[in-house]
Amino acid sequence: MNVLNTVLPWAIGAFAVSMLLALARMLRGPGLPDRILALDTLYINSMALLILVGIRFDTELFFEAALVIAMLGFVGTIALSKYLMRGDIVE
Amino acid sequence: MNAPVWLDLLLSALIVVGSFFALVGSIGLVKLSDFLKRLHGPTKASTLGVGCVLLASVGYFGAAGTATLHELLVSLFVFLTAPVSAHLLVKAAMSLDGRLAPPDPAVEPAARPGATERSG
Repeated sequence: MNVLNTVLPWAIGAFAVSMLLALARMLRGPGLPDRILALDTLYINSMALLILVGIRFDTELFFEAALVIAMLGFVGTIALSKYLMRGDIVE
Repeated sequence: MNAPVWLDLLLSALIVVGSFFALVGSIGLVKLSDFLKRLHGPTKASTLGVGCVLLASVGYFGAAGTATLHELLVSLFVFLTAPVSAHLLVKAAMSLDGRLAPPDPAVEPAARPGATERSG
């Protein structure tokens, strides 16, 4: 796994840079849907980053964390979008 | 762990492609000018990037002999939920900003606001 061990730190760096870019968009706005979209991108990238770290350290501990991040991020995005649409989450 | 060379190269290619797509999606999220354009970038690129990374994870832990269904669960969940959240985001943006909504097809084209620059 020589090539993989060379590639993995660069891939982790690329995901970290893309998370930073999403964070910049979330801080800059300009609208509320932009911030929610940036949050969505942020959690998806963090999930992939966790899986890459799991491959790097050769452990399967991170899969449950990735699954929980996927579910809670989806619920968060849906709740925020519904709140923007209706002004209420549970009608 | 001793794995064949082709598996090493395949997993590396999957990870490189996945991180490239995620990076392109985030650059599009920062650089593009309009909300709908910005939505276009990460929803496709991030899903493809996460899919490639999850495939690489399935290959790695399958070769190590400790394969589980968790990666497939995560990828299935992401592929199911990403279009739903993108759709709801567009609906939220349209309810906040009426100019994003498509024109009503029942209205005559000449009577629409802004029809002069679009027709022709």
